[in-house]
Amino acid sequence: MTLPLPVLFALSATFVAGLAAVPFFVDNYYLALGISLLQYAVLATAWGLFSGPTRYVSLATAAFFGVGAYTVAVLGEVLPWALVLLIAGFIGAVMAIVVGLATLRLSGVHFVIFTFGLAELIRQLVVWFEVNKTRVLGRYVFVDITQQDIYWQLLALGVAVFLIGWLVARSRLGFALRIIGEDETVAQHCGINTTIAKVTLLTISATVMTLAGAIMAPRWTYIEPSIAFNAMISFQVVIMALLGGAHRLWGPALGAVPLTLLFEFLSARFPTTFTIIIGVIFLLVVYALPTGIAGLLARLTSRKAPA
Amino acid sequence: MTNALLTGLLLGGMYALVAMGLTLQYGVARIMNLSYGEVLIAAAFAAHGLFTAWALSPLLGLAFVIPASFAVNYFFYRFLLLPLVRRARTRDALEVDSILATFGLMFIVQGVMLTIFGGAYYSYSFFAIPIEMFGAQMAANRILAFAVAMVIGLALYLGLTRTRIGTAIRAVAVDPISAQLVAIDVQRTSALAFALGGALVAVAGVLVSMFLTFSATSGVIFTMKALIIVVMGGVGNLLGCLVAGLLLGLSESFVATYVDPGLTLAVNYAVFLAVLLVKPAGFFGRAQR
Repeated sequence: MTLPLPVLFALSATFVAGLAAVPFFVDNYYLALGISLLQYAVLATAWGLFSGPTRYVSLATAAFFGVGAYTVAVLGEVLPWALVLLIAGFIGAVMAIVVGLATLRLSGVHFVIFTFGLAELIRQLVVWFEVNKTRVLGRYVFVDITQQDIYWQLLALGVAVFLIGWLVARSRLGFALRIIGEDETVAQHCGINTTIAKVTLLTISATVMTLAGAIMAPRWTYIEPSIAFNAMISFQVVIMALLGGAHRLWGPALGAVPLTLLFEFLSARFPTTFTIIIGVIFLLVVYALPTGIAGLLARLTSRKAPA
Repeated sequence: MTNALLTGLLLGGMYALVAMGLTLQYGVARIMNLSYGEVLIAAAFAAHGLFTAWALSPLLGLAFVIPASFAVNYFFYRFLLLPLVRRARTRDALEVDSILATFGLMFIVQGVMLTIFGGAYYSYSFFAIPIEMFGAQMAANRILAFAVAMVIGLALYLGLTRTRIGTAIRAVAVDPISAQLVAIDVQRTSALAFALGGALVAVAGVLVSMFLTFSATSGVIFTMKALIIVVMGGVGNLLGCLVAGLLLGLSESFVATYVDPGLTLAVNYAVFLAVLLVKPAGFFGRAQR
């Protein structure tokens, strides 16, 4: 894994260019599959960005994703697309700062409990607002965005996440976060402002998730709170990131690919037993692969190399 | 006014009972159990089944549900969670592992219930007579459930403070390392506390099923409320559980009566955050770590 930097960049650029060309060669079914793959790869990478180094388990992916989708449902017809995306990202960032400041100063448990119900909380607030103020539940999304556009936008977002993650890992912030993950008390004694470091990373991660939700919104023509804030997204993202290995930047995306394909296959064929299968996969990952595929690869390669 | 107050008290008492089992599981066995609400719903389905099939009163049904849930939860701990306890190097590592493992368990239990019962809502009519109290109408089954909850809470409190095994459980909750020095088998005590917590939540499930409609997927809400109450009251503290449960029940009932019934969850969160910002360790919690 010690490729020289220019080679690494050249390889990555070729890979991204290859992915960008995909929509020209495939039919609608595979394009839709590609969009799902990119969506989960982006979400899982964003999840790993915060939860990997800090080891805080976030169950709030669906909350941010849903807020992004809903922003498009509300503003998509009135404002130009770029501005809508900007606003969605801004809302996600503000929300993450509020949540982070409220819970990240306390111990990790508070964060888990809070994020556990965050999607449900926001869903209830949106329902309440729609029923009492606008008096309609559910909105139509009419924007001029094709499937190809969605695919390329997700790809761009994915490239951005990887770049951000790569830069963060090399910055003072990334170093600070790794110390926090090892031992928060030590980090505090080193003079690291742990709250600011954690909130900053949560904000970056949440903004990406919100943007992913906004980009995906035009895929549904009709949105209602139970679709946008589907808690299943949070759960799936956690398993994907864990399967791949959340402590590496490229780990979560590695887990996202096989599981997206598997879930796509299973949800169509076994809709009733789908939840059981997700549960079993979850347990298998936790027990058999505690460090994910990335950790397993690292162990295998280090064993082969003479010490 | 009296109506909202009484409803809130009855609801709060139930919440306190729901959370009591979790405070044993999380406070003593150190397992943050996200599949907690699923056990509650499973017990509710059991009570429903016993009532509709054999017309067995839910209160008599407890005689079956309590030992069954105790045994199942004991096995959960023994075979599913103990390997994680052994693997974990620190308390934080165990917390993360237990969250993830019980998360998977939650899906399995929920999936099994979905396959058997489908996604529909269930309820049955037991003891649903209106009773006049202080000029307000209350359903008899709610009052009965509240009374049973209080009796069980009191029994648990006495058991924990007056018996030898109860003292051992409290010792493990306070300091699992030092507890070993006075010849307490920490793993056995943890398993016992976890199973006891499972039995308690099953009782809560049976009682809740007497007056609430429930479905295979409604466990998550109970898990969430129980978690909020346990942390708000101070982890491992029964009195804190009671106070936090009542506070949650009352605030929910007042907001539902005077503001909007659609905002109960928002109220839960607001109260939770407000309490934690003032007292991060909960009402009766000691400063952590």
